[in-house]
Amino acid sequence: MYRYDEFDARFVKQRVEQYRGQVARRLSGEMTEDEFKPLRLQNGLYLQLHAYMLRVAIPYGTLNAVQMRKLAHIARTYDRGYGHFTTRQNIQYNWPKLEDSADILDALAEVEMHAIQTSGNCIRNTTADAYAGAAADEIEDPRVWCEIIRQWSTLHPEFAFLPRKFKIAVTGAAQDRAAIRVHDIGLAIKRNEAGEIGFEVLVGGGQGRTPMIAKKIRDFLPKDYLLSYLEAILRVYNMLGRRDNKYKARIKILVHETGTEELTRMIEEEWEALRRVTSIDIPPEEVKRIEAYFAPPAFETLADTNVAFEAKRFEDKAFAQWVRHNVKPHRVPGYVSVDISLKPVGGIPGDATDAQMDLIADLTDCYALESEIRVTHQQNLVLPHVKQSDLYALWQALAAAELATPNSGLISDIIACPGLDYCGLANARSIPVSQAISNRFADLEQQAHIGPLELKISGCINACGHHHVGHIGILGVDRKGEEHYQLTLGGRPDNEAAIGKITGPGFSADGIVDAVETVVRTYLNIRLSEAEPFIDCLSRVGADPFKERLYGEKAA
Amino acid sequence: MALIKNGTLAADIWHRYDDDTPLQADIPALVSLERWQAEREDILASTADIGVVLRADQHPDAITGDLPRLQVVALEFPAFTDGRAYSYARLLRERLGFEGEIRAIGNVLRDQYLFMQRTGFDAFEVKDGVTTRAFLAAIEEVDLYYQASADTAQTIWQRRHTTEDASAAAA
Ligand code: SF4
Repeated sequence: MYRYDEFDARFVKQRVEQYRGQVARRLSGEMTEDEFKPLRLQNGLYLQLHAYMLRVAIPYGTLNAVQMRKLAHIARTYDRGYGHFTTRQNIQYNWPKLEDSADILDALAEVEMHAIQTSGNCIRNTTADAYAGAAADEIEDPRVWCEIIRQWSTLHPEFAFLPRKFKIAVTGAAQDRAAIRVHDIGLAIKRNEAGEIGFEVLVGGGQGRTPMIAKKIRDFLPKDYLLSYLEAILRVYNMLGRRDNKYKARIKILVHETGTEELTRMIEEEWEALRRVTSIDIPPEEVKRIEAYFAPPAFETLADTNVAFEAKRFEDKAFAQWVRHNVKPHRVPGYVSVDISLKPVGGIPGDATDAQMDLIADLTDCYALESEIRVTHQQNLVLPHVKQSDLYALWQALAAAELATPNSGLISDIIACPGLDYCGLANARSIPVSQAISNRFADLEQQAHIGPLELKISGCINACGHHHVGHIGILGVDRKGEEHYQLTLGGRPDNEAAIGKITGPGFSADGIVDAVETVVRTYLNIRLSEAEPFIDCLSRVGADPFKERLYGEKAA
Repeated sequence: MALIKNGTLAADIWHRYDDDTPLQADIPALVSLERWQAEREDILASTADIGVVLRADQHPDAITGDLPRLQVVALEFPAFTDGRAYSYARLLRERLGFEGEIRAIGNVLRDQYLFMQRTGFDAFEVKDGVTTRAFLAAIEEVDLYYQASADTAQTIWQRRHTTEDASAAAA
């Protein structure tokens, strides 16, 4: 993975000191809260319902054991002993004090981390396939270009005050696991007919109040031109994106109102002009330098299957179940990627205690090549490179810390935003609903029987819980002062990205759990076989059979 | 209002005229785009020193042909959160080759000076009481930049390899 050199390190230090000065000017009253707000936001500090919240960037979800230990230390020292991994592949702390915030940033800088641009109307932390460098279907490791984007976008002087926040996601694999179609810019690495590597460029995806699937504006961009092309997109957006209404300020609205064709023309024209006059693109020797950090780790030459591992799988049913759901194929024989579930039955999705983080760091040192960890946008963790032969020992240690729930991709692997328990914008609570659903489907055998099903919950229309792209989506709304929940079906974040459709009238907090169960029972009744997952069944039969069961014959 | 020009506190010789006040020959004049477009010939006849003020919704394309006659283009930040003028400044410097003064006016705050300077601004209308020292302190807090912009500062990307070249040359 990428490591800071002296320039990166000095830059982050300078930034922390600058922020320390800003906090001091705020505390002394020299600066008003209005003036301070965008500055603290650009350093990741939000003001939430009960307290400040600090969001720490985990660049494209990649970190190592040393960094994980520091995150545990921060949870223990400055927070209440836990942290929350988010759909943006970041971590959030819910209870830091303003006075401590610069010290926390200092602690992060010690391990080459920061909170720059995790908030505010700027280019946010770039996200990527959590299995980058490990997945069998990968064309090229997307993290090289994610790191280049990270450096380019960091304190970019032209794009610090965009109309709205701006999110870029990159995948290097055939199967999109980074939800690139619901980001402001989605980039898919591809190979053209001449065998060259480049990007397919999508623009204008997003969730929130007006969910939209991104439009393709370029089929193939040679990779050396990525930054000038991004700069062209951002410049057009910065000048033309709406600033009169924050709900219409994202680039998706600009795409929608201008038309994909016309906007593409403007972007291409800007790009041509940019390339003529300035040298925005990263020098090739610098690309090489960054690439070297992402060279594959030193894999051993191993057999495809490990006998001892197979034996354990045969003997120990619980282990076998975990392997079935939480262990993913790897491009190198004898290796696998391991999902560490942060979704214990009845737990809070994405939360990890300081002790769990420390343990994961220790296990990573023992069992994961290069001590590498990933954060997924499903709010779980991944150890990308693990030997099959180490799986049993790893599983035992994870299980002892409640980190081995075998539910990856199943109904209790729920994405949920913080909701009304923390968030100042929320209409309704997300976490308790998530917990109730997780408890309702506590039987892991039953979950396995139901099969792959993505359930996602947001506490308001901002959709941080990605409900629009949940196979089953739940949206908290306010109905005459009461928490109320809408149900959507058929969303998906992958190559066939789609926005879920509302089934009908919403439900109470208890009613929504029953409604989810009704949907699942209906599916079990009508699926062709276990081999037809929920989402395929739904697209075969449509939503009507589900609506009938939810609301009675007439509704459908 | 105080003016920081090329990094130091400077007297502001420019007068910002409203659209109805007659221009005085000996006073350098900043006029709105509307007035400039309506009275271009009269303005050129009445004073030698002319600058145009662009609001955040006025793109520099509107004055492309006039740039040789302008000493100042003032770009307005109606609120510091409105970042359009950063792009305009870069276009003026990098695309349109404007070498006169690009002045930041409106909601111009300490923590934006550096972004402004890097995108091509060289004059800043700031709150009264801002000193040269305070200005320099603000823009020197972070002096390492990854990406190229309208300034001539070496980027981190360049410096990394220059340093290597230097040590290679020394070896
Ligand atoms: S979806 Fe709404 S409630 Fe949930 S975290 Fe986002 S803003 Fe808050």
